[in-house]
Amino acid sequence: MSEHLYAVIVGCGRLGALLANQLSRKGHSVVAIDNDADAFAGLAAEYSGFRIEGEATELAVLKEAKVDKADLVISTTREDNVNLMVAQIAKEVFKVPRVMARVFLPEYEDSYRRMGIEVVCPTRAAADMFLNALAEEEGSPK
Amino acid sequence: MNILIVGGGKPVYFLCRTFLAKGHEVTIINRDHDECIQLARRLNATIVHGDGSDPVILEEAGAHAAGAVLAVTPNDQDNLAVCQIAQLRFDTPRAVALANDPDNEEVFKKLGVSAFSTTRIITSLIEQRTLLDDVINLIPAGEGKVNITEIALTEESPVSGNALRDLALPHGCLVAVVLRNGDAVVPDGSTELRAGDHIVVITLPGNHGPALRAITGETA
Repeated sequence: MSEHLYAVIVGCGRLGALLANQLSRKGHSVVAIDNDADAFAGLAAEYSGFRIEGEATELAVLKEAKVDKADLVISTTREDNVNLMVAQIAKEVFKVPRVMARVFLPEYEDSYRRMGIEVVCPTRAAADMFLNALAEEEGSPK
Repeated sequence: MNILIVGGGKPVYFLCRTFLAKGHEVTIINRDHDECIQLARRLNATIVHGDGSDPVILEEAGAHAAGAVLAVTPNDQDNLAVCQIAQLRFDTPRAVALANDPDNEEVFKKLGVSAFSTTRIITSLIEQRTLLDDVINLIPAGEGKVNITEIALTEESPVSGNALRDLALPHGCLVAVVLRNGDAVVPDGSTELRAGDHIVVITLPGNHGPALRAITGETA
């Protein structure tokens, strides 16, 4: 990820703001979208990207964010279905090369991964980390 | 057929009632507990309380056996997810999503889900009706590629008193049915149109306007 990216971050909650701040700090062009203007308070003072207030499931809002020009779209809203819809539109309609979505429901992972969406499931990731930590303790010599 | 509807509000209630009256079996998935109780009291349908895009709830609602899944919630993202999960996980033969945002009708089709937009349908109905007083009914078919229009003929209609074969109708316009005195007749070239007839005309969008003008004489 060394080259300059045009990244659209959908959902500017804790995770979205964190991603937007980090990508902006690394010198990438960032657009953050959220349906609540107050959410942008989570963006750092040095964040140099754009903010768009609107529903990302509306095509008009994604067009305003110039998603057709984006190298990367990450959808991080609280709603799985919003993230999956945005990710699919970014991939299939706007042909964005790299598209990722946060999905809480582990049952969704397989179905959408088969459709070519890069899915990050925090529920499963956290479960794996807990289980790995337990396994390490069990495996360690007493 | 087993029809699975995801959504709520008056549209779902009346949809369900209509399907039941036609002899279908209906299951409704609704997120609101109180509404579920109301629906269960008023409809002879199976009501499942929960999130219709959750595979576990869909399974509980019998998605495997559903002949059709209809997602009509006010949230497009949920309607898309319901239909995709139904198709991917339960091999539902037919899943249809409501596109609240008319732009999403096209988007959903690109994502492999058939969709309809009530906004677009109502807009087109209103446009057609206000455009021409004599147009009684207009149904888009073939995903909008064909229009089926019912037109009332009056004394002023330029086609009244003429046989079909003598009409100068645009190419690709078919008078499919003539309704007269309560009878529906499929006409041939010799059929003469009269004031008081209702005719059902099939047109393509490109010649819809010219065809209607030729039949009604209105220039609007």
